[in-house]
Amino acid sequence: MSLKSFPKPSELPVPAGAEGWEKIYPYYLVFQDKLKEQEDAKFWFCDSQHWPTVFKPFETIGGEFAVKCLGQYNARHLMIPNANGIEFRVHLGYLYMSPIPVPEGQIAARVPLFEQRVGHYFQNWDQLLKQWHVKVKGTIDEMETISFPKLPDMVPMEDILSGKGKDGSEKLLESYDRLIQLAYQNWQYHFEFLNLGYIAYLDFFNFCKQVFPNIPDQSIATMVQGVDMELFRPDDELKQLAKLAVELGLQPNFGNTDDVDVTLGAIAAAPGGDRWVAQYEGAKDPWFNFTVGNGFYGHDKYWNEHQEIPLGYIADYIRRVDEGQEIMRPVEALITERDRIIEEYRDLLEGENQALFDAKRGLAATAYPYVENHNFYIEHWTMGVFWRKIRELSRMMQAEGFWTEPDDLLYLGRNEVRDALFDLVTGWGVGAKPIGPDYWPAEIERRRGIVDALKTARPAPALNTPPESITEPFTRMLWGITTEQVQQWLGAGEAVEGGGLRGMAASPGVVEGLARVITDADQLSEVQQGEILVATVTAPSWGPIFGKIKATVTDIGGMMSHAAIVCREYGLPAVTGTGSASTTIKTGQRLRVDGTKGTVQILDALIPDAGEPELQVTGPGAHSHSHV
Amino acid sequence: MHSNEYIQFFDGGIEPKLENLGGKGASLVTMTSAGMPVPPGFVVTTAQFDAFIEEAGITRDIHELLAGLDPEDMGQVDKVSAAIREDIRSRPVPPALRELTVTAYESLMSRFDAPVPVAVRSSATAEDLPDASFAGQQDTYLWLDGVKAVTEHIRQCWASLFTSRAIIYRLKNNIPNEGLSMAVVVQKMVNARVSGVAITMDPTNGDRSKITIDSSYGVGEMVVSGQVTPDNIMLDKVTLTVISEHLGDKHAELVPDAVAGRLVEREVDAERRGRRSLSDAELTAVAQMAKRAEKHYKCPQDIEWALDTDLPDGDNLLLLQSRPETVHSSKPVVPSSASAGGYFSGLSPAGSSATSASTTAPASSTPSSTGPSSSSSFNLGSITASLLKPSF
Repeated sequence: MSLKSFPKPSELPVPAGAEGWEKIYPYYLVFQDKLKEQEDAKFWFCDSQHWPTVFKPFETIGGEFAVKCLGQYNARHLMIPNANGIEFRVHLGYLYMSPIPVPEGQIAARVPLFEQRVGHYFQNWDQLLKQWHVKVKGTIDEMETISFPKLPDMVPMEDILSGKGKDGSEKLLESYDRLIQLAYQNWQYHFEFLNLGYIAYLDFFNFCKQVFPNIPDQSIATMVQGVDMELFRPDDELKQLAKLAVELGLQPNFGNTDDVDVTLGAIAAAPGGDRWVAQYEGAKDPWFNFTVGNGFYGHDKYWNEHQEIPLGYIADYIRRVDEGQEIMRPVEALITERDRIIEEYRDLLEGENQALFDAKRGLAATAYPYVENHNFYIEHWTMGVFWRKIRELSRMMQAEGFWTEPDDLLYLGRNEVRDALFDLVTGWGVGAKPIGPDYWPAEIERRRGIVDALKTARPAPALNTPPESITEPFTRMLWGITTEQVQQWLGAGEAVEGGGLRGMAASPGVVEGLARVITDADQLSEVQQGEILVATVTAPSWGPIFGKIKATVTDIGGMMSHAAIVCREYGLPAVTGTGSASTTIKTGQRLRVDGTKGTVQILDALIPDAGEPELQVTGPGAHSHSHV
Repeated sequence: MHSNEYIQFFDGGIEPKLENLGGKGASLVTMTSAGMPVPPGFVVTTAQFDAFIEEAGITRDIHELLAGLDPEDMGQVDKVSAAIREDIRSRPVPPALRELTVTAYESLMSRFDAPVPVAVRSSATAEDLPDASFAGQQDTYLWLDGVKAVTEHIRQCWASLFTSRAIIYRLKNNIPNEGLSMAVVVQKMVNARVSGVAITMDPTNGDRSKITIDSSYGVGEMVVSGQVTPDNIMLDKVTLTVISEHLGDKHAELVPDAVAGRLVEREVDAERRGRRSLSDAELTAVAQMAKRAEKHYKCPQDIEWALDTDLPDGDNLLLLQSRPETVHSSKPVVPSSASAGGYFSGLSPAGSSATSASTTAPASSTPSSTGPSSSSSFNLGSITASLLKPSF
């Protein structure tokens, strides 16, 4: 069966109970009735790699800041000759994107601007990157100073004495605004080097494809990828702590890591425990600013606030060390193999091409590691602090009666929060009851129902008619959206022998094993030794899981997605970007994963047509377009 | 049994010497130890020939018969040739030497479930090889069964040193008879289950980062001569990833009929036609062997290989021939300037002194030069061209 198009936005059914969903998001984020024709003419793909679940209204902040700032570097900073940024919309709770090309006639004029700007960065890479670390860390430090204390009963006497003349509410408003601004700031920084890393990679990629036609993408990735990168640092810290615990004989203290205080107390009291605790405390700052999610959701859990998570991983590593397993990544073997691959390809070239190979690989190997390492500083560290502060604010307002659950602030848009704050300071200032406590609880309940209803449906992989071919370089690099991938989603791709799924051959090798389907980080504890992880998408902090599993299959992601990088690092087969593995495959099914060919076979598909569950929901207002 | 002065197994681990093993024998030992396993076997060394003709008293006769021989006197040359060869074929081989050969043959046979046919070939030393048609180079005896046939044909090879043509050639070229010797190769006949060729490049465009393999059932002749459509597989040479594969029809195969001592053609059934003739592991093994051949000979190779039915999995891949690939290897791999984009414009004023972005580490006004530009150059023009490529 070969479909020609994906559904139009207005053709997707609205899950029952989600009617009116478009009003919980800012007007500019949803498809517009007045722009139906233009919007339907564009191809939109769903970014469920970064936003796998439905946005609560506040959470659109991550999508908005990230995709806006990505775009500004293409369109305004670097003047990428043929690519502007990416337009985005929230539809039925999920984020859809549409890359914006540069009109043919403007490309040539942008070339000298592009080369001047990109040239400056590549020539001054180390110095500018050093400066980046200072800027980013400065933002985080300032964010840490922000707090949202309850407003006092009266202005303190010293403010009277000093003649301050302000009641302190301005500080609350400023703190909120500043927190948002600081998040925005680090999201701008986030992309300062990211697009450049991809450009350098793309340049080497294209060169390789030219001199070695059909060279596997994997080979190119391997040649520029850092082996020992900061992305793996938190996991490595846990492994070191596990080894130290074994060395010091502290294993008996890890019996109930869910009780953090008892566990840490017992370790501190044990002989040698002080040494372990000192190393543990050293690892926490900053490496426990690490989320089990991806930094884009208010419900993401961070290691430093949920130490039962890293302690549980440490306990598991301890068990494996005691069983005689090698828990450290085979870093030396990986470096040796990477160097062999580089050397062998290089030796195939002569003269000028060999010099070009060296130059392009050198640039990519310098610039590309940023792509892998920045993640810790922004998604994990910055956003960890950001969400912690937002939760603090939410709890303060909960105490003021604005809502019933501690994190209900997430059901307000970020600009609605500002309104609610002014409502609060007004009521407080004049000595009256604010309106919020009578307005928000019911409204939040209504929105909660809508969000829960939206969650019952998975997003469409894309919307509208795809172009003949996908040529925009970043779309392919960042999201793995290729012409072939789109055809695959449309069911027009080459069938997999014996039935099954096709995706990107992201990390080589072939294994068979039992599937474990994970749709939420909270399910990670269910993963058993030797299983094959099947997930919508994986996150860096799932690192400890990769020591347990045999292979990974994801719905979303390209050669440079997290799952691909980590699997190559651990020497596990991976097939990414299958589109529907997590909904097609059931836990317990026996799979054959071929990470070299990019195929996944379900070896015991008992139910012949175990496709997606029926979307039981239809109804009016399928989409903002149909609201006339 | 182990190799010794008189018998050297291909895989015996002794450094091959041309003067002991002859050209063919030395090459077979070299290839085996370089990870390019040829069909297993051993060399009866020149030392054995020397000891035989010495102890059997032939050496003196040879010198006497050849002394003063006129190369133009064909009748006399033929007579002398016949006499020497008769001596070599009939005089008893000293029992100790004969025992060594018999033991070596039995040792070779013990590697298989049942005795297998062998080939016996002469392996002349270098000075006897003015061109391939002389000095017994052509002496190859196939499908030999049993020790008696083997020892008889070893003597045949020895005797071929003294054919009339060889004698006349040496006389005319003043090649002395002293030190003249001959090694003989005893080697298992290939019993190919699957065979084919492998080229250490993509022959369609000369891309040296690929290995191309043609594979079909039975003996490779049908692949080489184009009588069957083989499976065609292309792999990445560095990572051995399969880039593409096309299953051929492989409708027929040539298989050895040991009893008849020849190859017979038979039809391949639908099931075997429908699948690839090489398993994943076998495919990797063929590619690795081709890679080793290329590395060994230091230029792209075109090899013939076979999987031998009589040998256990993992040890059954044999290299039958390796020769330089000549069609493409003389051409450049790719257009000489791979990334000449049409958009190069150098650095604009902000980059001041860097007039060409491809120069290394321009001492520009920018304060740091510790970036990539200091250790390697980069070419903005080609980066731009990369971005502007319609697809990749």
